[in-house]
Formats: sequence, C-alpha cells, structure tokens
Amino acid sequence: MLAFVARRLISIVPVLGIVAVLVFLMLRLTPGDPAAVIAGDNATNEQIDLIRANLGLDQPLVSQFFIWIGKVLQGDFGESYFFKRTVASLILQRVEPTLALSVCTLIIAVSVSVPLGVIAAYKHGGLIDRAVMAFSVAGFSVPVFVVGYLLIYVFAIELDLFPVQGYRRFGDGIGAFFRHITLPSLTLSVVYIALVARITRTSVLEVLNEDYIRTARAKGLTDLVVLMRHALRNAAVPILTVIGIGIAVLIGGAVVTESVYGLPGLGRLTVEAVLSRDFPTIQAVILLFSVIYVVINLLIDIGYTLLDPRIRY
Amino acid sequence: MTHQIRKWTMTAAAAATAAMLASAAPVSAQTLKVVKHSDLKIIDPIWTTAYIVRNHGYMIYDTLFSMDEKLEIKPQMVDKWNVSADQLTYTFTLRDGLAWHDGAAVNSEDAISSIKRWGAKDSMGQKLMSFTKELKAVDAKTFQLVLKEPYGLVLMSLGKPSSNVPFIMPKRVADGDPNTQLSDTTGSGPFIFKKDEWKPGEKVVYVKNPNYKPRAEPASGLSGGKVVKLDRVEWLAIADMQTAVNAITNAEIDMIEVPPHDLLPVLAKDKNITLFSSNPLGNQFTFRFNTLSKPFDNPKVRQAVTYAFNQKDFLDAVIGDSKWYKECKAMFVCGTPLASNSGWEDKLNSNYAKAKQLLTEAGYDGTPIVLMHSTDLLVLANLAPVAKAHLEKAGFKVDMQSMDWQTLVARRAKKDAPAAGGWHAFLTSWVSADILNPVMAGFFNSACDKAMFGWPCDEKMESLRDQFSRESDPAKQKAIAEAVQVRASEYPTHIHLGQWYSPIAMRKNIQGMLAGPVPTFWNVTKN
Repeated sequence: MLAFVARRLISIVPVLGIVAVLVFLMLRLTPGDPAAVIAGDNATNEQIDLIRANLGLDQPLVSQFFIWIGKVLQGDFGESYFFKRTVASLILQRVEPTLALSVCTLIIAVSVSVPLGVIAAYKHGGLIDRAVMAFSVAGFSVPVFVVGYLLIYVFAIELDLFPVQGYRRFGDGIGAFFRHITLPSLTLSVVYIALVARITRTSVLEVLNEDYIRTARAKGLTDLVVLMRHALRNAAVPILTVIGIGIAVLIGGAVVTESVYGLPGLGRLTVEAVLSRDFPTIQAVILLFSVIYVVINLLIDIGYTLLDPRIRY
Repeated sequence: MTHQIRKWTMTAAAAATAAMLASAAPVSAQTLKVVKHSDLKIIDPIWTTAYIVRNHGYMIYDTLFSMDEKLEIKPQMVDKWNVSADQLTYTFTLRDGLAWHDGAAVNSEDAISSIKRWGAKDSMGQKLMSFTKELKAVDAKTFQLVLKEPYGLVLMSLGKPSSNVPFIMPKRVADGDPNTQLSDTTGSGPFIFKKDEWKPGEKVVYVKNPNYKPRAEPASGLSGGKVVKLDRVEWLAIADMQTAVNAITNAEIDMIEVPPHDLLPVLAKDKNITLFSSNPLGNQFTFRFNTLSKPFDNPKVRQAVTYAFNQKDFLDAVIGDSKWYKECKAMFVCGTPLASNSGWEDKLNSNYAKAKQLLTEAGYDGTPIVLMHSTDLLVLANLAPVAKAHLEKAGFKVDMQSMDWQTLVARRAKKDAPAAGGWHAFLTSWVSADILNPVMAGFFNSACDKAMFGWPCDEKMESLRDQFSRESDPAKQKAIAEAVQVRASEYPTHIHLGQWYSPIAMRKNIQGMLAGPVPTFWNVTKN
C-alpha cells in the first residue's frame, strides 16, 4: 500500500510537468496581451511596448518558459502582473472562501444525496424514487447561476434570512461565516446532490438483487441493517468514484457560484486572471487545481481499499 | 435518548441562530459601500490609463488645478499663479497647510517631480514637456514652469480631468522610474488608502484624511472644497451586476457606479434607490479606422462610412432608452465650449446613395472589411453588428470577427495586413472628459507611426493640432477646433456614434454626490 501511495505521489511530478508546459503554451498562443491590458485603453503603442519589456514579455518564448519553470521549482510562482504581489500570497488570500464553499457543499451534498439515493433504491418504482429522479434531472438541467438567483430571491430578498453577497472569514465569527456561506453552498450542492443521488440509487439497486442480500434478509436482519451494512457498503465504490469525479464539477461550479455571490475565492481569481491575461496567476492556479485533483484521486483510490478489502494495489 | 438528542439539537440551533443574528449587526453609518465599474488591481495612476486607477488617484492625491462643473480650470493645490507678459514663465504658489498623509509638508520639489513623472507618460504631458524649457523651485511653496515658446494649454494640461491625471506625489515617489509601478501610496488627497485592508478581488478601503485642508470655495466638479463627510469608503468587487443590484435592493451596499442599462428599469422601480446622472458629458461611442490597410487607406472610402452610419441605430442597440443618450455630431462633445457640427452636417444620416457613389469614385474593389467585434463588454457588444449592417447596405463586404475585449486590445496594436491577423476597424467608447479638445483627444493624433492604433498620417491635421496647442485665446481655439473637425470629415480618423450616459444607482440616504466626469466621494453624506 505504501509503495502504491509513493508511486502515485511520484506520478504527480510528470503530470504537473505536462500541465505546466500545456498551460504555458496555451496562454502564450492565445490572443491577448497583458501589457495592453495593464496600459489601459488610452495608451499608446510606445507605452504598451515599455510595459511589455518591463514584464519580460519581449523575450523569446523558450527563455520565458525556463525562467518561469526555474522559479517554480524553487517554490516561487512569481508576481502577479497586476497586483504587484506574489502569486502565492494572492492564492493564499483566496483559498479560504473556495475551501469553505467546497467543504460545506461536500458535506451538504453527501449527507443529502446518499440517503436520498438509498431510499430511492429501497422504494424503487415508488413515489419517493420518482421524486428523487425528477430532482436529479432538474438538478442537472438547471444552470448553477439560475439556482443561485432563485435562492437569493427567496432567502435573501424576500425572507431576508441570508445576505445577497459577500464573504466573512471563519476567524471573523462563526455566525457571520455561516450566514454568508450557506446560500452559496446550497446552490452548488444541487448539481452535486443530483449526480451522487442518481449513482447511489443505481449502485444500491444493483446490489439489492445480489444473493448475499437475499441471504442477509433470510437470516432475519432488519431492512435498515441490510441496507446500511450490506447493501450500501458494497455499493460504496462507485459512489466514492462519482464523489471524486464530482470534485471537477465542484471546481467548475465554484467559479460561477463565487461570481453570483461575490465570494473572493480561487474561482473568481482564475476568471479575473484569464480575462486580464495575468499569466503567472493563471499558471499557478491551474497547477494548484491539478495537484488537488490528483491528490483527491489518490485519496479515493486509498478509500477503495478501506471500503472493499478485496481491492489491493 | 431521542428526547435528549432533540434537546441538544434545539440548543445548538438556537445558539447558531443567535450567533448569526449577532453577526448581522449593521456597520457604521458613515461607511459608504460602493460597487465600482471594475476591481482595483493597479495603484499607480500614472503607470496606466485605466479609469479605476484614475478614480483611485482622485481619492488619495490632489492636483494643482482641477476642472469645475462648468468645465473651467480652477486652482486646487495652487493658491495663486501668474504668467509673464511674454507668456513664457508661469509662476505657481502652493496653498498653505498642504500635507502628505504622513504629516510632512507638500513643497515645490514634490510638484516639480510629479509633473515630470506625469510628463514622461501622458500624451498631453509629453506635449507640455516638449514646450518646457525648465521647471524650477523658487522657494518651498513657489515654483516656475518656463516655456521655450508660448503654449496655450498649460493650465488645461495641469488641470486635465481624466487619464492620465497630473496627480501630485511626494518627490521620493515621483522621482522613481515612470515605467515602474509605484508601491508607496502616500498622497495629500482627502482620503487615505488603507493598504493593509486592501484585498484584491474583494475590497479596497479608504478612510478620511483628518489633516486634509479643503479649499474655502464650495465643491464643484473636481474643484473647490473637498470636504469629506464620511469616515470610510469601501469599494467592493462584485463582478456580477445582477448580484450588485440585488445587494443594493437589500441595502447591503449603498451605490453602484455603473449599473447596466438593462437593469435600470428594475432600479428605477425601487423607491429606496435614486438614479443620479453624475456625468453630464457622458461618453461617446466611436468607430476607429485603420488607415494603413486598404481600402481604408483611401480617405474617400472612409468618407463613405461617415455617410453610411447614423447614430440613433447604434444608441438604440446598446442603450435603448433615449433618456440615457443623445445624438451628437460634435467631435469635442455636445455641451462643451468647443462643441460644433462643422463638417458633419450632412453625415451620419445613413445616406447610402452618397456612400455608394463615394465607393465607386474611390474604386472600392470589394475587399472585405475586417471588423473586430468585442463580445464580452456589454456596452460594446451590440455596436459591431449594427456597423456591419450599415456598411453592407452601403456596398461594403464585411468580415466581422468576434473576440473578447482583451484580444481586441492586443490585436489593434498590430500593423499586419487584415488578412494576416491585422484589422480594418473596431468600435469603442470614450469618456467625454478625455476628448474635449484636439490635443487631448488621442484619435485625432495623425502623426503616422506616433499616432494611436489606426495610425492616421496627415500633415494638415497635425498642423491644426499644433496651432491649437499654441493658441490661448478661447475664440481662436474654437475656430481652430472647428477646422480640425472639418478636416476630420475630409480625412476621417474616427467617427463618433453618439453620446450616452450611465447614471449612478444609490440608496436614497446618500446625499451630496457631485456632478463631474469622475465620481468622487468628498461632499457625500450617508444619513
């Protein structure tokens, strides 16, 4: 197992290397010039050229890449073209809202979707099952921003229970924190609930037809015990997989949710950086997301062995 | 057991609710929360021409001269000034009591260094510097600007209202390389920038400068007494305008600087919100030619475009409600001293027959016009399709290429042939305060390679602009400006497509906003 984990951790290196090269090339080959953005709309070509030279963007592409990658290997992600701050400090400042949003969304989504999926499978063909499936279809179909605006209208504007926008850090008070993170988390969890509930239902339904379930029932175990101890555990591997895959959905959804609720997170930082062609920031954020994605996949692989002892690496 | 769990749950829920309600306590009544048109990323108003940075500059810096609401240049940091009989030496004396945020006194050397830094970057500043023999300090509060030859725009340059504004900075800051972004935000303006509270992408914080000494005159436009009546101003970064509108409706914020026109009816219906038209000069939609590329290298083909367009179609497509726009052919903006229709009376009327006749005379060969279409900025997105329709009706072939604004900004700097990644034309919008005379308005610059993108090359236009810059008599300046405008109809460098306004949305308890080209926060109260 330890060897597997070590192998997977080492495999992160070439993955990040490929990501780094691709991101660097894609950004340079995409139209747009950060110097022109910085200079402003009224700037002359001379002003733009001076800024470009100032940023080192007038150097050959290969030189730019090796300067950047050399610094990254030393843990220096460079300085944002716009904020004149290190990219690391910008990311650190933006991590908390995104982390809070993701964790709250995961907690809400998993604690709602897994029971919903299990109940739907248990009541297969019934009203609850149909309702869960209808919710799933709706959850997939309605865009995140529409869900966001609906929740804002009902819970913030009409009922005045939550603020429309903004973020309060955990350190500013737990009450303020939850007041500001609840609606965004609910918004983002809708699509996640739809995804996980559907897979949970399918997996549990498949397991419920297995011989060992019939045996468990024949032994006189209650439905709850059969479902929780025998069915759910055996259905857990695909559920865990989809939770992991859903992290990608979560990252994409966080970009939209952070915009709708005005959360100063990594999603918005990415969008702002892309729109303004802030190359060092985009490169660092994408590398960070890649690391997160690889690590989550590793954790899921480890999780398989805990849920199903037959799986060995 | 079940009863116990329920009891714990109820207790926890009550505690959480109490904590949430406690945290919802209102902030200080004297904190103004504003959603600006953009997030502040750069803090050097000389390094960039971006308007959000200009607005930041007005918060923390002061200027030697400023433009009032009648568009007249008035002394601001300057107490008194005079010009020698030969019009070559301007002597300025600073007001008493001017101090930097750190308490040190503002002196002549600070002003001289600041003018030099601005003069190295800004186009009007460069022009002024080209006429300047020397800048010298007479004493701690008096300095002189000595010219090589008379220049009519000295005060207009020093009181320039929009980017780049000649803000006065401490000598130690202004003496730095003008091409390196400054990081020291010490100013002498009415607000102090709280760098420690600045969270890019979240908020920018300013607090009242307790040591600021306002002028005695009432505030007017960007001039007069900058009396700060708020303790704190926060610029919040809310990227989504629907969210900003929801937030002002819910009284979470006090003001939206530029609400989108399609949401104005929603805001107008709210009895707690006022729409305040703060900028009487507004903005101008503009069509820019690339004069290097065929067929727009031929002035007659460009003239055909001036006949093909009409302003109303552009304004209807973007602004919609005629309450927020005005058809205006004056190239130096309607409502200003230099406003005139000269040269443009018969143009901008969609006279397609005349446009076709000019194209025939010019021998237009059907070369497709590469029209760059910016899709991501709401206020520009609908302009190019309207332009395309008019151009096609006039007989042009049009290749409209859609892209985001930043791609357009990068591409417009390229002189390549349109078929090889260059361009023929694009549409943009100017803040009217930036185009008030032929020297200030960059698109009139026809100095070939030294001109702005589009690179018009016309000796006659340059000669007229030069005459304007040397003239100080307002009547003669107006005559020259009219000649420039007539020349721009014969040798079109760009076309104005209508004046439009964007009101500020603010809660009704906000009072005292001043009309002017830049939204400012002195004189403002929150009740």
